[in-house]
Amino acid sequence: MGHLAYDAAHLFGGAVLALSFVLLYQRRLTAVINAYALQALVLAIAAAWQGWAQGAPHLFLTAAITLGVKAIAIPLGMHSFVRRLGMNRAVESALGVFPSMALGVGLVALSIMVVLPVTAQSHMLTREDLALALSVVLMGMLMMISRRTALTQVIGFMSMENGLILAAVSVEGMPLVVELSVAVLVLLAFAVFGVFFFRIRDQFDSLHLDHLDRVDGGPR
Amino acid sequence: MNAAFGFLALILHLGLMLAAAPILIGAIRKLKARLLARTGPPIIQPWRDLARLAQKQPVLAENASWLFSAAPGAAFAATLAAAALVPSFALGMTTAPASDLLVIGGLLALARVILALAGMDVGTAFGGIGSSREMMYASFAEPALVLVIFTLALLAGGTNLDAIAGLLVGGSQGLRVSLALALLAILALALVENGRIPIDNPASHLELTMVHEAMVLEYSGRHLALIEAAAALKLLVWLGLIAAIFAPFGIAPAGAPPVAWLIGLGAWVGKIAVLGLALSVFETSIAKMRVFRVPEFLGIAILFAMLAVVFLFVSQGFA
Repeated sequence: MGHLAYDAAHLFGGAVLALSFVLLYQRRLTAVINAYALQALVLAIAAAWQGWAQGAPHLFLTAAITLGVKAIAIPLGMHSFVRRLGMNRAVESALGVFPSMALGVGLVALSIMVVLPVTAQSHMLTREDLALALSVVLMGMLMMISRRTALTQVIGFMSMENGLILAAVSVEGMPLVVELSVAVLVLLAFAVFGVFFFRIRDQFDSLHLDHLDRVDGGPR
Repeated sequence: MNAAFGFLALILHLGLMLAAAPILIGAIRKLKARLLARTGPPIIQPWRDLARLAQKQPVLAENASWLFSAAPGAAFAATLAAAALVPSFALGMTTAPASDLLVIGGLLALARVILALAGMDVGTAFGGIGSSREMMYASFAEPALVLVIFTLALLAGGTNLDAIAGLLVGGSQGLRVSLALALLAILALALVENGRIPIDNPASHLELTMVHEAMVLEYSGRHLALIEAAAALKLLVWLGLIAAIFAPFGIAPAGAPPVAWLIGLGAWVGKIAVLGLALSVFETSIAKMRVFRVPEFLGIAILFAMLAVVFLFVSQGFA
């Protein structure tokens, strides 16, 4: 495996991270969904590249799952959610765009500082890939925290899961079982969230999570 | 012998930059018109406009000071000096030792400051608004540019553009996440510095949305010709800068015989054409953003540039 194979893998990881920032920057629901689809697409390319570079054919399967489910099926489903629910097209954010981007950079720095010392004995580029993947996970969490509507939080959750897959493909010798189960898990979560959406809307005529604060069983 | 070649390359380079800059503007306008299913003016129209303007007498406001009539020439000279420092088809031109990224950034900033001062000179409201907005953008763009320069300096061990291009063309650095992030930052910067569409509309003559055009609203005749030539040259300098740093392939190495220049010239034309095409498609597909969104946009360029520096520190083993 040449230098180029590592470099390209690294670059794809960087692209996934950059797309996490793009996700945070969007102000429209459809644009968020498209950015998520693009991130999944780049992740699929990264997985396929790792499959070729590591000579691990099962990674091609991971790439195909990522491409089919996360880059195509889920975004299409999301778009139809937005249409059918007649949702507000603006992203409601608890935090301004610029503060959340700045926090994102802080999270990247944090994940680098966390990953590098604990993986001191492994290969430099593997360590950087892990740092990239951890940043993507943390940025997904940030998105879940800083966005108000359920759909954007789901996208944050799935973007976080993209980070997990990125970590899984960049470490050599990860068994397929893990990846398959993670993929299925996301699909399940997606279905659950879908049901959840409709429940929330039936109950409250809105997808605004503030409405849930009133039903916590506490004193009214 | 090398010195003679270097000087010849410099002369050819300057001629090429001067001749190609209006053509580039014309080509971008033509492409944008075609993308909107219009016919568009011919590609050499900017040259015709320049020739027409150059023959006309400038109209000066009554209270214009010497600064007002000196500014177009000074801004053009600063931009031309920057153009002389950014290599196009060959490395190792006579100006190579001086082609420092900080100097190039400084010369472009100088041109901008001169025009901003001239915009306020006559005392009209639009000139003042244009100048103040241009300076607001500049104050956000400069830190991002400095961070990008810092990234490249860390990578190449110096800020000399000629050396950086020479190092990167060898491919010894490979693909770097830092370089990709720095590229994103510098693309955003190029859009801001040249007043392209998400920031400012170069074709706009609606006063409320103008930035650069508002600043130079009072100019006419040969002064306007110089300002438009400087703006065209600036766009070419930025595209050339991006091409020289991030796609230095095909550029003739220092001291190469003139035959290699031909290859370098072909590669340069190809790179500028690709960048110009990308710019046209991008501008056609996006709407102008509100003025107060621009600092946010530039803040993101700063963040990307900062990430580039962080990753570079990491991969060089500082952490």
